[in-house]
Amino acid sequence: MQFNRKHLLGLEELTAEEIRMILDTAVPFKEISERQIKKVPVLRGKTIINLFFEPSTRTRISFEFAEKRLSADTIHVGVSQSSVVKGETLVDMARNLEAMRIDMVVIRHPASGAPAFLAERIDSNVINAGDGWHEHPTQGLLDMLTLRDEFGKLKGLKVVIVGDVVHSRVARSNIWGLKKMGAKVGVCGPPTLVPRSLEAMGVEIYPRIEDVLAEADAINVLRIQLERMQSNMFPSLGEYNRLYGISTEKLEKAGRDVLILHPGPMNRGVEIDSDVADGDYQVILKQVTNGVAVRMAVLFLLAGGKPARAAEVAATLE
Amino acid sequence: MNRLLIRGGHLVDPRNKVDEKLDILLAEGKVAEIGKSLSPGRGTKVLEAEGKMVVPGLIDMHVHLREPGREDEEKVASGCLAAAAGGFTAVAAMPNTDPVTDNQAAIGYIIREAIRAGYSRVYPIGAITKNIKGESLAEMGGMIDAGAVAFTDDGHCVASAEIMRKALTYSLIFNVPVVQHCEDSTLAENGVMNEGIVATRLGLPGIPAESEEVIVYRDCTLARLTGARFHVAHISCARSVEVVRRFKAEGVKVTAEVTPHHFCLTEEAVEGYNTNAKMAPPLRTKADVKAVRKGLAEGTIDCIASDHAPHHYDEKETAFANAPNGVIGLETSFPISYTELVKDGVLDFSTLIKRMSAAPGEILNLPGGSLGKGDSADVAVLDINTEWVIDKNKFYSKSRNTPFHGRKVTGRAVATVVGGKIVWQL
Repeated sequence: MQFNRKHLLGLEELTAEEIRMILDTAVPFKEISERQIKKVPVLRGKTIINLFFEPSTRTRISFEFAEKRLSADTIHVGVSQSSVVKGETLVDMARNLEAMRIDMVVIRHPASGAPAFLAERIDSNVINAGDGWHEHPTQGLLDMLTLRDEFGKLKGLKVVIVGDVVHSRVARSNIWGLKKMGAKVGVCGPPTLVPRSLEAMGVEIYPRIEDVLAEADAINVLRIQLERMQSNMFPSLGEYNRLYGISTEKLEKAGRDVLILHPGPMNRGVEIDSDVADGDYQVILKQVTNGVAVRMAVLFLLAGGKPARAAEVAATLE
Repeated sequence: MNRLLIRGGHLVDPRNKVDEKLDILLAEGKVAEIGKSLSPGRGTKVLEAEGKMVVPGLIDMHVHLREPGREDEEKVASGCLAAAAGGFTAVAAMPNTDPVTDNQAAIGYIIREAIRAGYSRVYPIGAITKNIKGESLAEMGGMIDAGAVAFTDDGHCVASAEIMRKALTYSLIFNVPVVQHCEDSTLAENGVMNEGIVATRLGLPGIPAESEEVIVYRDCTLARLTGARFHVAHISCARSVEVVRRFKAEGVKVTAEVTPHHFCLTEEAVEGYNTNAKMAPPLRTKADVKAVRKGLAEGTIDCIASDHAPHHYDEKETAFANAPNGVIGLETSFPISYTELVKDGVLDFSTLIKRMSAAPGEILNLPGGSLGKGDSADVAVLDINTEWVIDKNKFYSKSRNTPFHGRKVTGRAVATVVGGKIVWQL
């Protein structure tokens, strides 16, 4: 078996088989990060550009670690220090970078479709590190890897995404990925952020968090952005917390264990209370750890690595 | 002596109820004679039209010529040549130029440029409000004196009901239509495509059909209140058509146009973040396409207009949300309309010509759209048999932003005559 794609633009276009291949490949790569010398020579000589048109800490560092631990040469290009401020277009910038002979571009962009736009116009592999509201495929993959670690399977799980679903690329990647893997996916939040139109993606809509907590195996809690309140999607952060915030009180009322995921960064006291964020049923830091392994797997496979050799490759020493 | 005989063609002139094989003789810029087997006489030029349709020159009442301000995208001259190549003998130019066409001098400039170019006729439409800001009325009287034929803030909706009411009331002096770009911007918010499943999947902000419907409804009531003439630009959704139908039945003076892209493409065309499928109003659903076609067939929608909106390649070559709205249409409007409407059985040929010639001419009180004796010698000769493939690289327009590149169509203009003179020939 081989991963036959040139780019990773989203999970909507992947098959269940391909998703499984990435998750399986990530498993042996996890161990690399646990060693004294966290480096294998898998991508030695490959040049990767991390092109970030939006601020990011977690995703950016996770990609950089993944690239460096596979021995790739990497450069980070952030929007403020780039020629974008001089008015260079996205395509001109990419073509210039490519003229310096690069192998892969990891792109984060505020416009949905920007990675696909780039992929059509350059020869390098393009990895979507989050585009607008569209997709954040590596986040979806790391969430699925974490769920699979905890439950031993994805098929038949009931996972509910809570929060600002309509504006969320994390939600879309989770919905496509989880559904392909046979999980049941629900979404929950105020109807201004969880409109009926989402049903067309094949998810169940829960207007009340209490119903979610009574049924779900796991919930993925999305970050609430202040600008959504400013645009009147809900009246206040306090009211959001009262209605949809994940609190110990709500969890206790449900009287059952529900696994809590959060893609970060968290707003403690808004979408998630601190005692839940620090509690027994959350896997938030495991998600972060898995993020590096999943991104290593994606880089390895796009570079032409054979999934069957992942374990062997991971075991080599620098 | 300036005489032209168009010989051997099939003459279709909906206003004069002509639909048969007839020759037409043009002299001194007017229709001189219509009849069977006319002989040219000395000094008369002959245009052979055997096997072709001969119709009143097509009129496009919604075109952006971009001059002054964006001559890199289009000029009056290039737009007029593109129009002629599409069979159009007259176009109405939209006022959202830079600077805005909101005064007498600006109207005069466009008319002079069109005369200098010498292809299709251009009838400028002036801005309703100064600088298209929606705040205070522009000098309509001065613009009318200079040759404006209607008023619009197209590209923007006149948001204030008070200003729209006053514009309609004031327009009664001139008996010209006030053309509205119907879109409630507070509902459209930052939307870039139709609100629905495709937008949800692509992660793009949507524009609900209701943002159009509420303004169509509001302004129909204002037309009723004022007794003025109200024209709905580029109608796009089923419920708006329903509103227009209801108010027309009441006798309110409302007219409407639809673009070829809105009666043959749906939101699915945006898939792959295709910026040449981005326009305002956005492409809607299959049900909306069906409704606007029905509206065209029954006459609720009076005419077809291209909303020819040239944009520079660089501006469309970007992420979808950042691309400007609009597509060009002058050189594809007739072939798309013929293929999609006549060959599909939505309209008969004569009704299509009415919707593309007589009807827009009547809305704007223009001299064209009719080939009776003594009428302007503005004629299009159309081939409706040859199948061909639209190639954007062969356009006369300075821009290439079409959603129809590579599409197989039937029908095209083969000669265009303005004022008795052949201004373009295939």
